[in-house]
Amino acid sequence: MGFKSQPMTNVVETPDKGSLFTPEIRARIDKWIVKYPEGWQQSAVMPALRIVQEENGGWLTTELMDDVAAYLDMPAIAVYEVATFYSMYELKPVGRHKICVCTNVSCMINGSDGIRGHLEKKLGITFGQVTEDGKFSMKEVECLGACGGAPMMQIGKEYYENLTPDEVDRILDGLE
Amino acid sequence: MSEQLVTIEIDGREVKAKAGAMLIDVADEAGIHIPRFCYHKKLSVSANCRMCLVEVEKVPRPLPACATPVNDGMKVKTQSPLAVTAQQGTMEFLLINHPLDCPICDQGGECELQDVAVGYGSDVCRYVEGKRVVADKNIGPLVATDLTRCIQCTRCVRFGAEIAGVRELGATGRGEHMQIGTYIEKSVDSELSGNIIDVCPVGSLTSKPFRFRARAWELVQRDAVAPHDSMGSNVHLHLRNGEIMRVVPKENEAVNECWLSDRDRYSYQGIYSEDRLTKPLVKKDGEWQEVDWKEALEAAANGLKAAAGGDGDQLAALVSPNSTQEEIWLAKKLLQGMGSDNIDYRLRQGDFRPGQPDRPWLGMAIAELEELDAVLIIGANPRQDQPLLGHRLRKAAMKGATITYINPLQLVLNYRSSQWVTTPAGMLEELAAVGKGLNLRRGIIAQTKAEDRHKALAASLKEAGKAAVLLGPMALAHPDASMIWGLADAVAESSGATLGLLPEAANSTGAGMICEAENNGKVRELLENPRKGYLLCNLEPSLDLHDPALAGKAFDKAEFVVALSAFRGDSLDAAADVQLPLATFGETSGTFVNAAGDWQSFAGAAKPLGEARPGWKILRVLGNVLEISGFDQDDCGQVLAEIEESLAGRKPENKVKVDVNEERWMPAEGMARIGDVPIYAADPLVRRASALQETVHHVEAAVRINAETAKGLGLEEGGQALVSQGDGQATLPVVIDETVPANCARVQSALAGTEKLGAAFGAVTLTKA
Repeated sequence: MGFKSQPMTNVVETPDKGSLFTPEIRARIDKWIVKYPEGWQQSAVMPALRIVQEENGGWLTTELMDDVAAYLDMPAIAVYEVATFYSMYELKPVGRHKICVCTNVSCMINGSDGIRGHLEKKLGITFGQVTEDGKFSMKEVECLGACGGAPMMQIGKEYYENLTPDEVDRILDGLE
Repeated sequence: MSEQLVTIEIDGREVKAKAGAMLIDVADEAGIHIPRFCYHKKLSVSANCRMCLVEVEKVPRPLPACATPVNDGMKVKTQSPLAVTAQQGTMEFLLINHPLDCPICDQGGECELQDVAVGYGSDVCRYVEGKRVVADKNIGPLVATDLTRCIQCTRCVRFGAEIAGVRELGATGRGEHMQIGTYIEKSVDSELSGNIIDVCPVGSLTSKPFRFRARAWELVQRDAVAPHDSMGSNVHLHLRNGEIMRVVPKENEAVNECWLSDRDRYSYQGIYSEDRLTKPLVKKDGEWQEVDWKEALEAAANGLKAAAGGDGDQLAALVSPNSTQEEIWLAKKLLQGMGSDNIDYRLRQGDFRPGQPDRPWLGMAIAELEELDAVLIIGANPRQDQPLLGHRLRKAAMKGATITYINPLQLVLNYRSSQWVTTPAGMLEELAAVGKGLNLRRGIIAQTKAEDRHKALAASLKEAGKAAVLLGPMALAHPDASMIWGLADAVAESSGATLGLLPEAANSTGAGMICEAENNGKVRELLENPRKGYLLCNLEPSLDLHDPALAGKAFDKAEFVVALSAFRGDSLDAAADVQLPLATFGETSGTFVNAAGDWQSFAGAAKPLGEARPGWKILRVLGNVLEISGFDQDDCGQVLAEIEESLAGRKPENKVKVDVNEERWMPAEGMARIGDVPIYAADPLVRRASALQETVHHVEAAVRINAETAKGLGLEEGGQALVSQGDGQATLPVVIDETVPANCARVQSALAGTEKLGAAFGAVTLTKA
């Protein structure tokens, strides 16, 4: 019997969940909760964090993570663990467009260093930074599974493959 | 796990084991050592350190012994080239980021990593890149962190989740960036937090008060029994030059398993507090003067004799239930020699009406607590009162036991339970209603109405395989304690549950057996009708008594008060005429009888500070000076033999003979005081343990009331309230606390500022100050 085989649910369930998030966010999280057995609402922690992050301009505050913990009746530290483990959760503000540049083997061989350098020069920021106008931020990521189109990057939910500096300019110029 | 036995072979030895048991357990049982870091027998298997890799025949790769169940005919090699190479490889990886700071590490010399590195590590490090550094975190006054040393075994995280029952520490980040911590700046507040030091296999988590105070190999280890709660946890004292440097648990599966509460672990600091009494003191013309032992003992003997004036009944002894059997026995014998039977240990009890058990106890072995299926607990907060008994109850709850509390406070628990929170007077109604649910009709039970929840609890107590009704310190301190005993007994009897007590102090059970409460003094009577002479043992009048105001008056009136005390304090200075310096925890030999009636003797380990002497010796010599016969014991063992002979196999028992129709002393209307004892204020020693007093569990005297009650009285958070109880008054800050029921004021006992108030539980009035 360990805390992996049974849910580590808080002893006292959060009494007033209606005060957490907006009704729309709650409805979206609830859709995920019902996919899991009763009492295992904490299994929905990953989608819950994703939804909350989306609604907060792409990043999570400690307060939001605490709210997710309260909403799922789980210890806050368990939410922090998940949020710090996965690279798709952002714990610092990001730009409206998060540019994720793959620097893993295939992309590196095909020139991801040049793509990175071009982006840095064009935007005046490097990995982990946000442009002053808040429009772009850059992030170094590991393989996104698109080696056939290396070098590649991801912006929002879109993959952009076979990149060249010109191609990058065209893509960025086309973004709001 | 099935009971079926299988035969396996480890290193050529045939071993029988239960099918499905983990290989590492089987090997441990057979005495075959497999190195490990993340595996701990009391925690879930995580198999993340990979140190226990062994070779299993017909399996092409090494397997972790902690996560490999045994099968019939399995052939295991722990020393084969494959196994040893795997272990050495793991060791090399673990040491990549581990700093070479053993010379300044507190764990040095008692470090699992160091030990295993000797066996499996290489003498050359092939890793030349930069090592990982992790910033230390402040997780409170008890545990120091050196997280760069962490090998990420996650034992501390699993301890929190599975044993302490609160997830405070976690492993955030991933891969090389993984860190143990709380993520946000926060202290680790569990009452069992110190155990993470023991489970940590490296020097990442160490004892903060012990930090840099001694090296492991300079320490001498002695056994002892923890002196606070009624668990009787077994401990090792670690001494250097006769001084106790730290306390760690001694494994005893029947008592504390391998754990220790923070109170038992860190209270040793109190021994060396500044107000330790180290010389005998005699009050001359109102001034305290240091004297030698001879003069002090003569002054004590003459004073007591003069106070008695030939009438033994004019003498009384109040002994703390934290005193040893030997101390209590000799105090009783001393009084008897002077013609008095007035001895009592029930310092925090207010109701002494007859019919309550003479020699109350837990009613079962400690380990049996976790086998219970249904438990009703009245007036107790085991997590604070007896943290490791609380842990056993948590284990029962995790196995599915239904646990119900009837308390005048909402508790913060680490398992699911039903809590019926009501006023002190209302506790009786709730209990009576459970009786009604069992179809009882006598006394006040007849006047109550059983609601569905009462009936459901009654049924669950009745139907459970093993059930218990347990009383705690708040029930004993209740003005209607005898009624609570009576009702609890009625419920237990008719439901087939075991009746038990969760005693507050290390030797409550033993003291009950010696004092034979029914025949001897009763604290309240001994103070209400002041005697001329008092002998006080190991207590502070303003903090350790149920009604400090009453006690203060009685000691003022008394002609002569002798105090055996390890510490000086204002109230003792005011009350006593002679103070004899008492050896305390670790310094004295003796015997404690724990909640389950286990007699546990221990020897003195540390040298008593200054001229302090063990209580049994002081009382023995005092007996000689008074020329009472039977005071010629040469050692503690002789005293113990005498006690055992005299008690002649007498066992504790919870025999209750209370008519549940007695007059109610707790008024049903008006404001009621709830005077529970804070965890780190329970006795003179722990009150002086400096690190414990810096934790979040340290409290200052205050009036805690809920918002509604406060509104009705015109009080608000941060304001001051005048608390009046009888003719005693105190002005205390107001704290809004929603765990307190309406019309109740939680004014905790044993805190400075409450000494002028009366009984811990009783009527009280609040006004805006």
